[in-house]
Amino acid sequence: MSGVQTTIKAKAHAYGDHIDTDRIIPGKYTKTLDLSTLANHVLEDLDPNFNKIVKQGDVLVAGINFGCGSSREQAPLALKQAGVSVVIAKDFARIFFRNAINIGLPVLEIADHNIQKGAELDIDLKEGIVKDLTAEVTYTATKLPDIMIDILGEGGLVNYLTKHGNYSL
Amino acid sequence: MGQTISEKIISNHVGRKVYAGELVISEVDGCMASDTTGPLTIKAFREMGGKKVFDPNKSALIIDHAAPSPNERIANLHKMMRDFAKEQGMRLFEIGEGICHQVMVENEYVKPGDIFIGADSHTPTYGALNAFACGVGSTDLAATMMTGKIWLKVPQTIQINCSGRLQEGVTAKDLILFLVGKVTVSGATYQAIEFTGEAFEDLSLASRMTIANMSSEMGAKTGIVHPRGLELDYDFEAITPDEDAHYIKTFDFDVSGLEPQVSAPESPDNVHNISNYEGTKINYAFIGTCCNGRLEDLDIAAEILKGKKIHPDVRMVIAPASQSVLLDAMGNGTMQTLIEAGASLITSGCGPCVGTHQGVPADGEVVISAANRNFRGRMGNPNSNIYLGAPSTVAASALEGQIVNPKKYLV
Repeated sequence: MSGVQTTIKAKAHAYGDHIDTDRIIPGKYTKTLDLSTLANHVLEDLDPNFNKIVKQGDVLVAGINFGCGSSREQAPLALKQAGVSVVIAKDFARIFFRNAINIGLPVLEIADHNIQKGAELDIDLKEGIVKDLTAEVTYTATKLPDIMIDILGEGGLVNYLTKHGNYSL
Repeated sequence: MGQTISEKIISNHVGRKVYAGELVISEVDGCMASDTTGPLTIKAFREMGGKKVFDPNKSALIIDHAAPSPNERIANLHKMMRDFAKEQGMRLFEIGEGICHQVMVENEYVKPGDIFIGADSHTPTYGALNAFACGVGSTDLAATMMTGKIWLKVPQTIQINCSGRLQEGVTAKDLILFLVGKVTVSGATYQAIEFTGEAFEDLSLASRMTIANMSSEMGAKTGIVHPRGLELDYDFEAITPDEDAHYIKTFDFDVSGLEPQVSAPESPDNVHNISNYEGTKINYAFIGTCCNGRLEDLDIAAEILKGKKIHPDVRMVIAPASQSVLLDAMGNGTMQTLIEAGASLITSGCGPCVGTHQGVPADGEVVISAANRNFRGRMGNPNSNIYLGAPSTVAASALEGQIVNPKKYLV
């Protein structure tokens, strides 16, 4: 992987199940190309403090069906712009999952995780290994399809297509 | 080995028999983006070296999510879309022409058997037409506009079989709300849905669109209504599943006794019989959206409101799904009836459903809406509550100022 940092040591911000894209970034803020305005409102209807407490490199942790709802790519863009380095969830809504990979935001699906708020995590993205240093548990994420590994490896779909000109399997 | 509708459609596109779980790169028959996703699509298209869209006749841009523009920032994004469409020789559907999904169907950008990719989560709506249609984000759509292709994992299929016919006064919206409640908002994630059985067979195209539209509220990649009984203005070859197709799961429901359904805040799968919510005071009633802004939806509201006035404490907003729907509703007297009853007509488009403008609820207010989502903050105010129901339920509730079962006005 050349496009993204492959090892991350960071703190977890943990939330619950079914966090929809309206909660990640409300529709009223999506119509912009200025990504900094997205970061200012990220998760504001879920946790109004999130954009004040999140630090560059932090990890967002959630339960099932993270990112359900709208197809807005502004949702992963807002998280990435706010400093989130990786999202870990029990599972993801499919459009959010594709969007995150396409914009170069790593996403890890760990069905049985029990990572709590404030946990210190040591993540090896390439191997999909997440060590919860606080709880002393190690998790292995579901493997991505090869094409997603390739896209993420280039830092996103724009770089992938700039380099390859077309899709290949 | 037998195939589902999705497996058949994808196989037809990739030139070999494929089954659930396989990764494919497929050509697409059409693609579109709205004004929420289009500007980022254009930006990504340029960044990835795009010069010409793969086929200007199979690509479209629609200004519907914030139309007409509510401020200068969005006005400039709309201009960016108009300029791009002109440069590429592709059609841009202007403000008021309608909601992306409605205009794609009306203008035959999508037909039975097609693979269609839309940068909007309600793209599965075209499953009403027996097409395989998926929602994606902006960068995926940019790649499709450039290459004419999409990568896909052939989805597993969930079969939803509904026997029995809906009672009078119970509509396709009640049926799909009931199904979302049963399957849940994540029950079909990554999977395709096939809707089959007697209950779907005599549904109009508009009602089938309502059904397929809310596949996305179950997390599905696509949702296809069995084409039995589908009538279109043109000849088409229906794609049907093989008898021995493999389904990951099958749901069987007898819906002959189904009552009108309501989805309560703040998730579309929080669905119960309307009797659970009757008497809930409402401030605001909305009929429109890609889910329920079509002629039959406005007609049933007019049937309920004819010669009456909506409750004095309620405001009612109507956003027809397209200009064509609006003209039909003017032609048959429906629009006259609705406006005389006290409804306010806004531009054809997504309107207040996406919380950008044209009717944001106030703190503490309760909305009854014919839309498909009631997430917290969906309509622009996190301190308001949204109940979802059929257009008939919205109209009857507007009349009485509280959520009521519309059946008494219809049967």
